Amino acid sequence: MPSEAYIYDAVRTPRGRGKENGALHGTKPISLVTGLIDALRQRAPELDPQRIDDLVLGIVTPVGEQGGDLARAAGLLAGLPDTTGGVQLNRFCASGLEAVNQAASRIRSGWEHLILAGGVESMSRNPMGSDGGAWFLDPETALATDFVPQGISADLIATLEGFGRDDVDGWALISQERAAKARAGGAFARSVVPVRDANGLDVLTTDEHPRPETTRAGLAKLRPSFAGIGEQAGFDAVALQKYHWLEAIEHVHHAGNSSGIVDGAALVAIGSASVGRDLGLTPRGRIVGAAVSGADPTLMLTGPTPATLKALDAAGLRKSDIDLWEINEAFAAVVLKYIRDLDLDPETVNVNGGAIALGHPLGATGAMLVGTVLDELERRDLHRAVVTLCIGGGMGVATVIERVQEFQ
Amino acid sequence: MITYDRGADGIVVLTMDDPDQSANTMNQRYVDAMSATLDRLEAERDDVAGVIVASAKSTFFAGGDLPTMSRATPEDAAALFGLLGTIKRDLRRLETYGRPVVAAINGAALGGGLEIALACHHRIALDAPGTRLGFPEVTLGLLPGAGGVTRTVRMLGLAPALTTWLLTGKRLKPQAAKDAGLVDQVVATPDELITRARQWIAENHDAAQPWDRPGYRMPGGTPATPKLAVQLPAFPATLRKQLKGNRMPAPEAILATAVEGAQVDLETAFTIETRRLITLLTGRIAKNMIGAFFFDMRAVNGGAARPGVEVPAATKVAVLGAGMMGAGIAYACARAGLEVVVKDVSPEAAARAVAEGDPAVLARITTTADVEDLRGADVVIEAVFEDPALKAKVFAEVAPVLAPGALLASNTSTLPITGLAEGVDRPADFIGMHFFSPVGKMPLLEIVVGRQTSDAAIARAFDLGRRIAKTPIVVNDGRGFFTSRVIGQFINEAIGMVAEGVPAASVEQAALQAGYPTGPLALADEVTLTLMRKIGLAYASAGVAVGHEKAHALVEEMLDRHERAGRSSGKGFYTYENGRRGRLWEGLAALATDEGRAVPFEDLQERLLFSEALDALRCRSEGVLRTDADGNIGSILGIGFPAWTGGVLRYVDQHPDFKGRAAELAARYGDRFHLA
Repeated sequence: MPSEAYIYDAVRTPRGRGKENGALHGTKPISLVTGLIDALRQRAPELDPQRIDDLVLGIVTPVGEQGGDLARAAGLLAGLPDTTGGVQLNRFCASGLEAVNQAASRIRSGWEHLILAGGVESMSRNPMGSDGGAWFLDPETALATDFVPQGISADLIATLEGFGRDDVDGWALISQERAAKARAGGAFARSVVPVRDANGLDVLTTDEHPRPETTRAGLAKLRPSFAGIGEQAGFDAVALQKYHWLEAIEHVHHAGNSSGIVDGAALVAIGSASVGRDLGLTPRGRIVGAAVSGADPTLMLTGPTPATLKALDAAGLRKSDIDLWEINEAFAAVVLKYIRDLDLDPETVNVNGGAIALGHPLGATGAMLVGTVLDELERRDLHRAVVTLCIGGGMGVATVIERVQEFQ
Repeated sequence: MITYDRGADGIVVLTMDDPDQSANTMNQRYVDAMSATLDRLEAERDDVAGVIVASAKSTFFAGGDLPTMSRATPEDAAALFGLLGTIKRDLRRLETYGRPVVAAINGAALGGGLEIALACHHRIALDAPGTRLGFPEVTLGLLPGAGGVTRTVRMLGLAPALTTWLLTGKRLKPQAAKDAGLVDQVVATPDELITRARQWIAENHDAAQPWDRPGYRMPGGTPATPKLAVQLPAFPATLRKQLKGNRMPAPEAILATAVEGAQVDLETAFTIETRRLITLLTGRIAKNMIGAFFFDMRAVNGGAARPGVEVPAATKVAVLGAGMMGAGIAYACARAGLEVVVKDVSPEAAARAVAEGDPAVLARITTTADVEDLRGADVVIEAVFEDPALKAKVFAEVAPVLAPGALLASNTSTLPITGLAEGVDRPADFIGMHFFSPVGKMPLLEIVVGRQTSDAAIARAFDLGRRIAKTPIVVNDGRGFFTSRVIGQFINEAIGMVAEGVPAASVEQAALQAGYPTGPLALADEVTLTLMRKIGLAYASAGVAVGHEKAHALVEEMLDRHERAGRSSGKGFYTYENGRRGRLWEGLAALATDEGRAVPFEDLQERLLFSEALDALRCRSEGVLRTDADGNIGSILGIGFPAWTGGVLRYVDQHPDFKGRAAELAARYGDRFHLA
């Protein structure tokens, strides 16, 4: 029998800097996941693992230690019963949210009742792009579909929208300031589960990437990251051949106004009302609408707008029904474009900062944002939020969630 | 076709010698002969010590059998697959024969010729004047499909194979080919060629191709190698940048074939290569390009438009005017071994003609202000200002000292020859020889026939053109002749688009992506808007079609209100800094309108192409064009009409619905698109 999809809990690791000197570099991605499975069970002892149908994990670079369906191995290692399945999926940057949405859809179908959905990415150990790619490694495909790297797309969006360096740096600063304030105010405390080693010693207890000392003058000094490849590798030319009314691309993005490379994992426990009642779980939220949409592959990062409209439509809601917005800060221009497209109040968007300050562990981010915004709905005693991410290849995923305290 | 000669030392010399052609090509005779040759080699293997592949022609091997290839249709795909499979199978048999195989390259080895050489274990090239090695396939809309892509990639690695050989179509001299990795030895004499080949065989009993040796690794790695994988996304983008967005199927297919082939075994790579070649062969664009660059080129350079009269060869050329054109013409003539005298108003002015160049060439050029130094010249080429009175004056000045019956040529680019001929006393000997700037680089010569020009004059101008390595087209007189007139339509249409409100950047992109080498607004800046206004007025007074009405007003505005005349004055449609073109002038942005932005990009592209094609059709019906081949070659070599079309008239023929599309464009954009 069909059911609503409830969120029973949401946890995440702190995000570690995605470099050799990052705190999580010595921790395997599977360990990040098993740590979160353990935490979920400790936080809700009544959550009977026998009832978990599946573990769905977004992993964007599923090679080596992140390959071969890490989800199944992690479930076994964490001591979940043999009957709990495990699957890895990849919708690039939105994989973590895609996992949540797929889990929610399966719950709503009535065929399954309890799924752990989330994602993991150990970017310091498994570099982005090391799994190759059907799009950009195949000349026939790249030529036919006007491939350019994301950074060029972000700069192209900024050029088309007229966002200058001041605008994008301005949002970067907001992200840092909000993240610093949120961390100091304990906004992430409910979801963040410290990563500990086998001896119980802390490996990382709080997000490692934010730079609260960031200043506008400091940002202004950073050199654009994509001017070089744009010019030398021909990507600007490809973009301009399609967006032919532009004469040049203004390269405004750099390391300080783009998402940070980090390690991390997240899990969301999603289930039906019946499993919740059986086990005595209290729902924290409900997934009321979800959608994916494609968008122009060369612009690549404009998918959140159509995905959001589609998700709102699925939920039967309007923009004015939404209290908080979480859009992944892949690049500052993505956020500014989304705010402009939907005519949003910037004070309601990424209220606790975003990936520019906190980092973007590719496969995990979408699930992290679900937890972050659910916590904030609770803190502010608000009702609904939209979570969305732009996606490589030109897509967007969006999810509308609603805070609940009891079954509807 | 292939003679088989086994010496006492057991070395077999295979000599390729097509009995029916002056050059060897990959025709059916070759295919059959190669199969039979391999059968015999294999049968006699125990008695064979090695193989030398040689040619009895002055060239080694010319390449594909273009007449046959240009007839291929999609229905022939299966037969082509079989044929290419046979060609590849036999070359594979050759390289895995188990005895050393050496290519003795005595002359040009192009396309299929180089592919045969690459199926040998060792390549020795004779440093003869005509020896060139390369893959011209890409310039004909094709790819090297007899193993050329596959073997070059395996020999050199992806990046060098693509950038040096496969995507450029460059023809390298032996030493350059050796430096670029496809030739092993360069020798000075034909005897050495064979001696060194025999010597190499004697010293390399265990010869094998690198890819057939244990432990072979592709130079630079395969696409699975992380180091190469990181660079790979830039390959297609770089190609798009180099081709300025013109989506040419051949270079794209070559890139894809190279990359895909690098990920699989040799035989599978061969199959991938075959499939892609068949797609190109049976498509439209290869036919266009073969039609122009092989058939039309052969017709034009072969003298299809040259009257069949015997004329004496030129001996002494007088050039009047030592400006950029005069100097260029003088240098081209001197480089061909002719004696050249350049005259200008003063010795200093004349000396500009010898300011730079190869001293040996410059030594054949005399510069002077003295008419007497022109005595005995049998050709005079005038390259002074575009002023009929001045031209008449300089011809009159030199007339007394010229050899009797000397050819009188004007390098005018726009003034009608019949009118200029009135200024000389021998109009039958008067002709237009329109060179293009820069003369040293531009291969076209437009010979313009006035009403009274004699056949002998045409033949003399044509022969001189060929002698100085130009491709001469012959057209009849008229305003702007053929080339200047047709390119005028292109620039005019483009300026009209800007006046309509189309963003200037889109106009430039439309032209470049349609395959033009330069954007029309950049071109207008080169020509100068001043000259365009002048020509426009002259056309108007002569009653010639003026094209897009709105263009003229914008030219006026650019000149009179904004004082932006073009590159030479430092500002035009573009900005210029220290002579370098910068961005489009920001004042143009104000002209863009929503309506202009809404014009479909395909319409912009086809408006440019059609504006020229329709005028070329008028040139044909008005008798300005004498042959289609001249129109096609003239448009590509002279005024940058996109090469993929095979020329401006072939563009009309190959368009799926030229008439219908012209009617559509006329309905949307104006009567000038009406097909007469």
